[in-house]
Amino acid sequence: MSQSENTLLIKNVSRRGFLKGALAGAALVLAAKWDFALAEEDKKYGAAAMPNGWVDDPNVFISIHNDGSVTIVNHRSEMGQGIRTSLVMVVADELGADWNKVTVLQADANEEKYGNQNTDGSRSMRHWFNPMRRAAASARTMLEQAAAQKWQVPVAECKAGVHEIIHTPSGKKLSFAEVAEIASQLPVPARDTLVLKSRDEWRYMGRETGDTYQTRNNPIRPLAIDGEDIVQGKALYGADIHLEGMVYAVIQRPLVYGSTLKSVDDSATKKVPGVIKTLTLDTASQPAGFSPLGGVAVIASNTWAAIKGRNALKIDWDETPAGENAQYDSVEYRKLLEATAQKPGKVIRENGDLAAGFKKASDTISAQYYMPHMAQAPMEPPVAIAKVTADSAEVWAPVQNPQATKGTVAAAIGLKPEQVTVHVTLLGGGFGRKSKPDYAAEAAILAKQVGKPVRVQWTREDDLHHSYFHTVSLEHFEAGLDKKGKPTAWLHRSLAPTISSLFTQDPMHKAVFELGMGLANFPYDIPAMRIENPEAPAHVRIGWFRSVYNLPHAFGIQSFIAECAHKAGVDHKKYILDLLGPARKIDPPSVGANWNYGENPKDYPIDIGRMRGVIEKVTEEADWGKKLPAGRGMGLAMHYSFVSYAAVVMDVEVEKSGNIIIHSADIAYDCGPQINPERIRSQLEGAIVMGIGIALQNEISAKDGKIQQDNFHQYLLPRMVNSPRKVRVHLVNNNLDIAPGGVGEPGLPPVAPALCNAIFAATGKRIRTLPIANQLSS
Amino acid sequence: MTTLTVNGTKHELDLPDDTPLLWALRDILGMTGTKFGCGMALCGACTVHMDGQPIRSCVTTLALANGKSITTIEAIQADPVGKQVQEAWLDVGVAQCGFCQAGQIMSATALLKKNPKPSDDDIDSFMSGNICRCGTYNRIKKAIHKAADKTEV
Repeated sequence: MSQSENTLLIKNVSRRGFLKGALAGAALVLAAKWDFALAEEDKKYGAAAMPNGWVDDPNVFISIHNDGSVTIVNHRSEMGQGIRTSLVMVVADELGADWNKVTVLQADANEEKYGNQNTDGSRSMRHWFNPMRRAAASARTMLEQAAAQKWQVPVAECKAGVHEIIHTPSGKKLSFAEVAEIASQLPVPARDTLVLKSRDEWRYMGRETGDTYQTRNNPIRPLAIDGEDIVQGKALYGADIHLEGMVYAVIQRPLVYGSTLKSVDDSATKKVPGVIKTLTLDTASQPAGFSPLGGVAVIASNTWAAIKGRNALKIDWDETPAGENAQYDSVEYRKLLEATAQKPGKVIRENGDLAAGFKKASDTISAQYYMPHMAQAPMEPPVAIAKVTADSAEVWAPVQNPQATKGTVAAAIGLKPEQVTVHVTLLGGGFGRKSKPDYAAEAAILAKQVGKPVRVQWTREDDLHHSYFHTVSLEHFEAGLDKKGKPTAWLHRSLAPTISSLFTQDPMHKAVFELGMGLANFPYDIPAMRIENPEAPAHVRIGWFRSVYNLPHAFGIQSFIAECAHKAGVDHKKYILDLLGPARKIDPPSVGANWNYGENPKDYPIDIGRMRGVIEKVTEEADWGKKLPAGRGMGLAMHYSFVSYAAVVMDVEVEKSGNIIIHSADIAYDCGPQINPERIRSQLEGAIVMGIGIALQNEISAKDGKIQQDNFHQYLLPRMVNSPRKVRVHLVNNNLDIAPGGVGEPGLPPVAPALCNAIFAATGKRIRTLPIANQLSS
Repeated sequence: MTTLTVNGTKHELDLPDDTPLLWALRDILGMTGTKFGCGMALCGACTVHMDGQPIRSCVTTLALANGKSITTIEAIQADPVGKQVQEAWLDVGVAQCGFCQAGQIMSATALLKKNPKPSDDDIDSFMSGNICRCGTYNRIKKAIHKAADKTEV
C-alpha cells in the first residue's frame, strides 16, 4: 500500500474477538475501514477500488483457540489456484504458526465483513498479500505483547518463534495457547507499529517443492491445504453437500437464448419412477445478467430420476422473444465479422499518421485471425443447493463471486441480501463460469416453490448449451513494412461481442476492461498505428473465460508479429525484441490504456524491460534457434496480462498425417514476488495444457440459435496424449519490491499463438483459424 | 432389488435397473468421492473398480453391477497400490481443483495393478480416458512413475 497507514487505530474491536472472533462470527465494527489513510487518488485503484475493498483486522481472519490451534479464515474461492493454501502460508508465516496446527475456515459471502470476495481477474494474492500479512503481524504483535505482560518484561524482548513466544534474553517460552487469552484483551496495534517479517524469516512463503521444512508426514511434500482430502475423496464440492429432506432437480432450459416456454407436456415425465413433480421457471427479459434462463424443472428423489424425467418432457418453445438470437449461425456470423472488418470501425487508439506510414512502406502485409466461442467446461458442472423459508435462504454452491450470488439469489426470490446466506464450497474448477451464479438462483427459486431443500444439478449437456461463452472474435491486421521489414504503419481492427451484453441492451463495442486486455495497451514501438473496434452484436450469453479478451488479442497480435518477422526475413525473437524497443516503463494512460486491470499506473506501468526479460529467459531456456529435424519447429509468443508477464516457446513436430507432437513447452513468467512458487508452477503447467486445447480443439458453434456441442465427444478437451512431453516453467524476477502480479490467467494467452507459430516453423502452414482441428491433415 | 458390495459393505438397493451406479453411490449411499463429470463415459471422473476392473460408474447400470464388488476412492487407501498412488499424488502435488482426481487415482491404481512399471506411452494410453481441465497431466504421469518405483512388484 502506498501512503502512510498510521492514521487508523481500529476502535471498538471486540475484545474477545481475537480468541474466538472468526468462529463466533461476531460482527466487528471498525472505526474506519479501508479508506482510513489512502489518498483519494489511491482509492481509485487495486483492492481499495473493489466493492467493499480490503480488510486487515486480525479479529476477522484469525482465531487462536485455547488448545493453541489456529483457525484462519479464507474468504476467497478455491478453484484449483491454491488460494486456500497460499493465503494461509502468508498468515501462518507472519503469525509464526506451526503449519500442522492451522486449519482453514471457508468464509460465507460477507463482503461487509471480509472485504471483496470476487475471485476473478487473478487478483487474490495481488490484492490480499499485504492486508493478510498485516492481519497476521498484528496478531503476532498482540501475542508478543501478551507474553511481555505475563512475564512483566519489555515487549521488545519477546519474539514469536514457531507457535510460541520466546523471551530472548532468558530463552523462556510461552506457547500461543498460554498467551492467547491475554492477547485477546489487547487492542489491535496501529499499522505503523507493525514490523513485517523479512523474507529469510519465512518458513512457508516462497517454499519450493523439495524444500525440507519438516511436516508431520513428509519433508518434501508441497504444502496443500486440501491435498489429503482430495486424494481420499473427502473434499467437498458443490454437489457433495447433502441436506435432510433434500430433493433433486434437473432443468430443461430454452436452447435459444431468450426464448420462452410456450407449452409443456409432462405426462411421460410423471410416470418415471422417482419423479415427484415438474415446475416451470420464468425466463428473465434480456439482457438477463445472472438471472436464470427459465425452463421446466423436474423434481425427483435422486438425480438420475430427474435426468430421465427431463428426457421424457415434450416442450414447445416460443422463439419470438429471442429475436435474432434464434437465427444465430456461427458460419454466417464469421462472414459478418469478416465483412465488417473490411470497413473502418470505432477508433480506440491512434498514434502518428497511418496513411503516411503506409505510404512510406516498401511492402504491406495483412491477415485475419478467427477464434470461436468456447465453454469454460470446468470438470464440476454448475450445481447448487438451496433451503428457503419465508424470510431466509441458505445456499451451498461452488461460486467465484459469493457476494454476487447473495444478491442474485435474494433478487430471484424476493428477499433482502442480508436474509441470504451463501456457503462457498470447493469449486471443481471455475475458469470464469462460476463467476455467474445463475445456477444458485435456480436452486433458490425451486426450493422456495417446493418447500424443501433442492439441489439443482447441471448435466454436461446443460453446461455446454448454457455457458456464458467465451466471445467469438476476429482480429484483422494490415501493416506497412520498411526495407528492413519493420512496421511503418499498423492497423488492427478487433471485433468481438462484449460481456457487457449481459447487462445492457445490445452494446456493439467492447467494454473498457475488454479493450484493456492487450488491445488498448498494445506495447509495441510503431510510429504510426490505429486500433479500431468495429461493431459486433451478441446472440448468446457472453462471459468471462480464463484470460478473457486477452486470448483473441494475444492470438492475433502474436501471430501477426510472427508473420511480419517471416516476411521481413528476420528471426522472430530478434524481431519482437526490436519491435518492443528498449527497456522502459510506459505510463498506461499516456497511451490511452486507462483501465490497467484496475491498478495504479504508478505501481503497475507497462514495463517493456520485463517483457524483454521473459522473452530472453524463455528463448535461452528452450535453446531458441537450435537445429531441428524436418517437420519440426519452434514458436514463440509473449503476452502481458493481469499485470504479469509471460512468454512461451513450443517445440512442435507435425507428422505427415497432420498429428501434432509437442516435444516441449517452456514458459518464462514474471509476476514479481512469488508467494507460493509451487502453485504458480502448477498453474502455469495447467495454462499450457488449456492453451493447447484452445489451439487444437475447443470450439462452441451455434446453428439456428442452438449450441451444436452436447458433450465431450463434440467439445473436445486436451487429454494426457495432447500434453507436451516436457513442460518447463521458469519463474523470474522474484522481487518483493515489485507490486505483485496475477497468476491464474496470464500464462494462458501466449500458449496458442506460440503453438501456431511453431506449426508454421515446422510446416510453413500458417494457422489463422482456431481451433486447428484437422487443418493440418493432408 | 440390486445387491452390491461397496468397499466391503453389502447394500441392497431398490432402484430401477437402469440407474447408473454413480447416482446410487452419490445420491443413495451418500458416497460423494466419486464425481459426475459427463454422464457418457467421456471424462473418467466417475471411475470406480468393479471386481477389480476400472469402470465408468456413470454408464454402468445397477443391472450390470448387481452382485459385484465395488471399490471407490473412499476405500482405495486400503489397497497397497492405491495407497502408494495417493502418496505419490501428494508428493508430486498433482491436484489443482481436485475434482477429477478421484477418477484419476482410480484409473492410475488400476493401471499399476495391471502394469506395475508402465512406460510414458502406457500411461498416456491408459489415462487418456480421464480429463483434467486444470491440466495436471504431466504431474499425474510423474506421480504414476513415482508410485510404480515405490511399489514392490
